[in-house]
Amino acid sequence: MTNSIGEIEEAGTLLVIGSNTTETHPVIGYRMKMAQRKGASLIVVDPRRIDLAEHADLFLQLRPGTNEALLNGLIHVIIEEGLVDEEFVRERTEGYAEMEAAVKKYTPEYVEGITGVAADDIRQAARLYAQAENAAIFYTMGITQHSSGTNNVLAIANLAMVTGNVGKRSAGVNPLRGQNNVQGACDMGALPNVFTGYQPVDNRDAQSKFKKDWGVKLPTVPGLTVTEIIDGILDGKIKVLYVMGENPALSDANLNHVLEALDKVDFLVVQDIFLTETAARADVVLPAAAFAEKKGTFTNTERRVQLVRQAVNPPGDAWADWVILQELASRIGLKWNYRGPEEIFREIARLTPSYAGISYERLEKEGGLQWPCPDAGHPGTPYLHANQFSRGKGRFTPVEYQPPAEEPDEEYPLLLTTGRSLFHYHTGTMTRRSGAIDSFKPEELAQISREDAQKFGIGDGDLVKVTSRRGDVKVRVQVTEIVPPGVVFMTFHFHEAAVNRLTSNKVDPIAKIPEYKVCAVKLEKVAP
Amino acid sequence: MVSLTINGQKVEVEPEATILQAAEKLGIFIPTFCYDPQLTLVGACRMCVVEVEGMRALVASCCTPVRDGMVVHTDTERVRMAREVNLNLLLANHPLDCLTCEKNGDCRLQDYCYLYGVSESDYKGDRKDYELEDTNPFFIRDMNKCILCGLCVRTCQEVNGAAAIEIMNRGFDSKVATAFNDPLETSPCVFCGMCVDVCPVGALTPKQSIGKGRSYELDTVKTVCPYCGTGCGLELYIKNNEIVRVKGDPSSPVNRGQVCVKGHFGTDFLKNPERLKVPLIKKNGEFVESSWDEALGLVAEKLKGVKGTELAGLSSARATNEENYLFQKLLRSLGTNNIDHCARL
Repeated sequence: MTNSIGEIEEAGTLLVIGSNTTETHPVIGYRMKMAQRKGASLIVVDPRRIDLAEHADLFLQLRPGTNEALLNGLIHVIIEEGLVDEEFVRERTEGYAEMEAAVKKYTPEYVEGITGVAADDIRQAARLYAQAENAAIFYTMGITQHSSGTNNVLAIANLAMVTGNVGKRSAGVNPLRGQNNVQGACDMGALPNVFTGYQPVDNRDAQSKFKKDWGVKLPTVPGLTVTEIIDGILDGKIKVLYVMGENPALSDANLNHVLEALDKVDFLVVQDIFLTETAARADVVLPAAAFAEKKGTFTNTERRVQLVRQAVNPPGDAWADWVILQELASRIGLKWNYRGPEEIFREIARLTPSYAGISYERLEKEGGLQWPCPDAGHPGTPYLHANQFSRGKGRFTPVEYQPPAEEPDEEYPLLLTTGRSLFHYHTGTMTRRSGAIDSFKPEELAQISREDAQKFGIGDGDLVKVTSRRGDVKVRVQVTEIVPPGVVFMTFHFHEAAVNRLTSNKVDPIAKIPEYKVCAVKLEKVAP
Repeated sequence: MVSLTINGQKVEVEPEATILQAAEKLGIFIPTFCYDPQLTLVGACRMCVVEVEGMRALVASCCTPVRDGMVVHTDTERVRMAREVNLNLLLANHPLDCLTCEKNGDCRLQDYCYLYGVSESDYKGDRKDYELEDTNPFFIRDMNKCILCGLCVRTCQEVNGAAAIEIMNRGFDSKVATAFNDPLETSPCVFCGMCVDVCPVGALTPKQSIGKGRSYELDTVKTVCPYCGTGCGLELYIKNNEIVRVKGDPSSPVNRGQVCVKGHFGTDFLKNPERLKVPLIKKNGEFVESSWDEALGLVAEKLKGVKGTELAGLSSARATNEENYLFQKLLRSLGTNNIDHCARL
């Protein structure tokens, strides 16, 4: 997030696009509803009539996979109606003319044809967004999990910059991160192309800094992303896979492809708290401690580094991940001698400019610090890009609408989109093993519209087989007005109805994110 | 700034402050049931009444604004008498089952009765006789214990926004209920359980805590929720190496005490019997328990046994920063940048 969670209530307009916030980030959802009750305009853009849509001043129910057309349409209206923040565009950005030319054809009427959203609603949304003193955009995987995900994000950046809604309190671009420490895992360089704090692995200065500090030789070419690693195994290039606290056997797109890879790899080691679907396929399983059983830090979606404290002991002979890693390192011949997480953190701060001013002592005293926090006297950064962008000027990038890679056709007439629900979490490793939660929501229910239920002769609660070009699953159906006709929605929480057997592993060419949000499927009723 | 006198002590506060806030500034305690600084003021419970010189009636300090030169007394005979009568009336219709009540030791009704020496009620009359509502797996509602302060109702409306409950009926028949008095499961309730955390008495009890320990036996550890990226601060209540209750951490700048169903009621996976407790090595297609030494020896050998380019690692968005740091350090030291995690998923 470029803004902080605490700034939500003071925004004039909230534009929530591709985020089922009240279910996936409930506390942030509370704040959005509070802001709306305090007078902010709430615009919700989503293919489904999600809970937040019920609270919205304006709900734009777009066809899945048409985000960039809608965003271009909003910019088109803003330009046409003279709502551009001329000063911001002049002082803080570059490339405006090319972007302006690109959105020219995206008239509200043209966009209505692509997205299904009424032209007047597009106009009204553009005005509500552009005319607010502070307008903030919030998005999650509804924007990124498309073969055009990167373009969607660029279009969001264009929209924010054209109205000067970035770099100030309660106005910015706010991806809500999904997992408790996904921000931290990225910050720590658990990515193929960067060390900590996004220092590129192919940058000579970064290489020599880490080489010197760690005392080892380092690879200089960026590595493979998760989807490429899976392909790499199947191509015979990757022979050993080490998985720490991940469950690709349920979370990754086109599961049958992933399972084939996990079965093929020469040696698979999985470190986790349960025998997950992935761990079950491992050659060695290492038992790890969970969040309340160890110390450390997590970094949340607003870039706030916070202390995680130990409350109970790990079960049996399970160890904290850092202990396992250190023991493993010593057997490999690396001389690490960390006495605890705090000493590791000191090393992180030493090597990572954005974390340089953060210490356990300060976290204890100040209750979390938001990066960038470059020195011990720095108070942390509640919102980013105040006076300039990281690269200097903000660059407009022209974006063209590009349809999803796979769309419904005669054989597979329905569009499947996937996501999460309030009660469960990700692959259910934790929530499916939580007594109260799993007893309350014990099974997946695929959402279909009344119209499709009628068309395919399916009733509420019926068991159906959902089939895509890549696989099939059996699941019971919930007939609902949440999804529009032609769309099926499923979550990926339930191994019994593993929706990623169906999803497409067609990825965005830059971010390499699979298109979880759109693929084509067919439904047929089956005997229970 | 406005200047006033409370119990003989002078204090200066902002003009929009209430008497209660001015007293708080002086460290003077005033009992309350229905007051919460995050919520709309209703002045319903009358526990916080104080005497203001020149005003005929006692006033509710939580919602009476200060005035310059005001002279306030918070602990006169008249004030004490009013609070005593108030408690006496509440007890006329409140089960005195503190011996088994989960709220014992952490109950404001109990605390104030202790403070004002009220052990039973002088008023005999009808008593509420509602059935226990325990059809959801998260918490029990015992509306016989409810004192109608309305904190749960306002929290549901003003903090969560679900607005699942309201006070139904009037007078003696008043009851906190969903629309049409349906079970919570069929209402807009999302089981965040914030109503449970604000309840000053034993009307709302989290099921996971029942019989697991008195509030004064529990240790508290502040940490961060293991679920989504919001990073809510949680208070974990611990007895005998077990988390017996979870509350949102009011001091957290992120969530200010607010929580959702997963953070509140979903941490019991920690003690699930399926937890992995020893290293496992697959031998002839079956997992066999092993020592750490054997398991780590084997993993080290395999990691070293291939070229860097043949090795890949998936790190974890669930693990700490320190652990993610070490994971990428380990893999890069082994000569590979094939490191990713589920940020893309």
